[in-house]
Amino acid sequence: MRVLAALSGGVDSSVAAALLLEEGHDVVGVTMKLWGGESDTGCCAVSDVEDARRAAAQLGVEHHVFNFGEEFERHVVDPYVADHLAGRTPNPCVECNRHLKFDALLRRAEVLGFDAVATGHHARVVTSTDGHRYVARGADSAKDQSYVLHPLRSEQLERVRLPVGRHTKAEVRRIAAELGLRTAAKPDSQDVCFVTRSAGRGAFLAQRAELRPGVVVDEEGRVLGDVEAVELVTIGQRRGLELAGGSGRRFVLDVDVDTATVTVGPPERLLRDEVRVDGVVWAGEPVEGRVRAQTSAHGEPAAADVRLDADGTVTVRWEEPRRRVAPGQSVVLYRDVATEDGPVEVVVGGGLAR
Amino acid sequence: MTTSPTAPVADLDHAATTALRPEVAEAMAPFGADRYGNPSGTHRLARDAVRAVDEARERVAAVLGCEPGEVVFTSGGTEADNHAVTGGMPPRDGVPVCSAVEHHAVLEPVEALGGRTVRVDPTGRVDLDHLASVLDELGSSASVVSVMLANNETGVVNDLDAVAEVVRAHEPEVPGVPVHTDAVQAAAWLDLAVAARAADLVAVSAHKLGGPKGVGALVARRHAHLRPLLLGGGQERGRRSGTLNVAGIVGFAAALEAAAAEREEATDRVAKLRDRLAEGLAATVPGLVRTVPDGAAPVLPSVLHVCIEGVESETLLFLLESDGVMASAAASCASGAQEPSHVLAAMGVPTGLARGSLRLSLGWSSTERDVDLALRAVPAAVERVRSFG
Repeated sequence: MRVLAALSGGVDSSVAAALLLEEGHDVVGVTMKLWGGESDTGCCAVSDVEDARRAAAQLGVEHHVFNFGEEFERHVVDPYVADHLAGRTPNPCVECNRHLKFDALLRRAEVLGFDAVATGHHARVVTSTDGHRYVARGADSAKDQSYVLHPLRSEQLERVRLPVGRHTKAEVRRIAAELGLRTAAKPDSQDVCFVTRSAGRGAFLAQRAELRPGVVVDEEGRVLGDVEAVELVTIGQRRGLELAGGSGRRFVLDVDVDTATVTVGPPERLLRDEVRVDGVVWAGEPVEGRVRAQTSAHGEPAAADVRLDADGTVTVRWEEPRRRVAPGQSVVLYRDVATEDGPVEVVVGGGLAR
Repeated sequence: MTTSPTAPVADLDHAATTALRPEVAEAMAPFGADRYGNPSGTHRLARDAVRAVDEARERVAAVLGCEPGEVVFTSGGTEADNHAVTGGMPPRDGVPVCSAVEHHAVLEPVEALGGRTVRVDPTGRVDLDHLASVLDELGSSASVVSVMLANNETGVVNDLDAVAEVVRAHEPEVPGVPVHTDAVQAAAWLDLAVAARAADLVAVSAHKLGGPKGVGALVARRHAHLRPLLLGGGQERGRRSGTLNVAGIVGFAAALEAAAAEREEATDRVAKLRDRLAEGLAATVPGLVRTVPDGAAPVLPSVLHVCIEGVESETLLFLLESDGVMASAAASCASGAQEPSHVLAAMGVPTGLARGSLRLSLGWSSTERDVDLALRAVPAAVERVRSFG
């Protein structure tokens, strides 16, 4: 099989390419140039491209660089800014997977004659006994990235390979070290790739939009303090608010960007019975009934009941009340499906909290 | 999509760099062996190196139509352009001016110094009326005017006599504002003694001519005051310090002479190849637009720049390479990614069309077979891309 391996310059994708070679596939490496602005790894992320290129050379595979900067700007960066301005909490990695890695790159790979695209995500692709393909959790539960792959549908997954998903991170690093790959000891990337750690999210957004100072009130409307930028406040947030007076722990209950008002209150006021979810993409057929729903990349999944609404949205009703999910965050639905190897927990669908 | 070693391969990217001419390699060889002297010395070995550089300088001057003392050897075109634009260190007072389609080796220093760019017409040639009005706006504060002789993406050729006329009219007293031209892409094909005669500063690079990489020259006419950019041992009459790249300089001279000697014959031969390529592709690739329409402006004989509707350059280049054809789209960034072309944007080529840009460029070693391969590969690649909608 001819596989186009997306090489980010990190250890996971390097090992993904190595594992594919081991399986006897014809592998070509590609680094997607997504972000041309400042980043923690330098302009053009040239150093990451170099790491990818050297890893490819060590593995003996061709290496190319594809510039998807325009698409990244359009599908990831612009919506990231717009979401913040609308008081939402976006997850740019999800949008990058949805629009870039598993759409733009997948389509290009097909034109270039590749049978599949591989990435270094810690997740697996499994086939159920009824023939649907799903994203399953990676073998390393601490590194599992199935959450950010929720927009992938069964027909896309036919052409997706996630070779490192069956290994733990420690195994991945060991394989890299055994192969002498220069990425073996490279630290994991943590943050949004286009937001520098030094300047942070606020500085990034301030370059692209006017951030507005806001006022912090309690549920009775009493003013407790102010915030520099209401767009940077997230529902459920506790830290970073300097509030005068009062006692007890207070959390952000609501953000109203129109009136630049942040409402805070005790944590129990964040509890909700359900969350409405927009734009749900189902891996296979839509699912109703009992699921486990996860609302952040490394959050604990919780038991819930899924109802399909007439307007196309989905309501996820928690078994036990849960803290409110910030609008824009992914709500990912997991369920066990039957496979040849027994039941496996997979992503059956997911969308964005309203 | 690894091309097997026996499969035919065509280099249609000679504008990026071209093959080292055998006579150049031969001329350079002794300087990589026993003639290894440092010209900044007094003994026999040093004198031998001095003599080699002196002779090379005279030969370069003869081809470029200048005095030997006006030739400053550099590490290549980028250094020559930076030196010309800045005037050295510290930079000249005033505001540098350049055309909007210059190579980044000119654009970046101009931007770094807070300079101005001048519009181009739809063929990519500098807009002389706009140049005049920019100079008027700047009054006496323009520090240099830089207009490339031939564009590195499209191959379109500027009329430097006309550019110089506009600059002199703006500031009639001699020496006035120096005119610089980046002749890196033109040098293989145009007689710079004529085409660049009006420029006070001329940048040339050896590797575009069939010489080695890492060497070139800045021709600085006697009246063009230059401060050094690199300070040190005072080589090149204090204008450019650093131990001279003797082998490279000898190779540069040999390449320049070889290119000059065969210029007429090569121009004729390569233009015919290019025209066959252009006509063949126009007939077989629907939606192909020649970026500088035939006859609209003078273009180097070696370059065919086209934009293909509904096709992305990166996809096209990948497929072409898998068919053995090596080409390029626009300038590459240091990461190796294809960047949107500032040249096409300045020419007013619609963004969508510019995404499908393709530069096929020929050189002294190009053959009919190269053109045959491209005529097979390009239509097939475009058809494949389009078949996926």
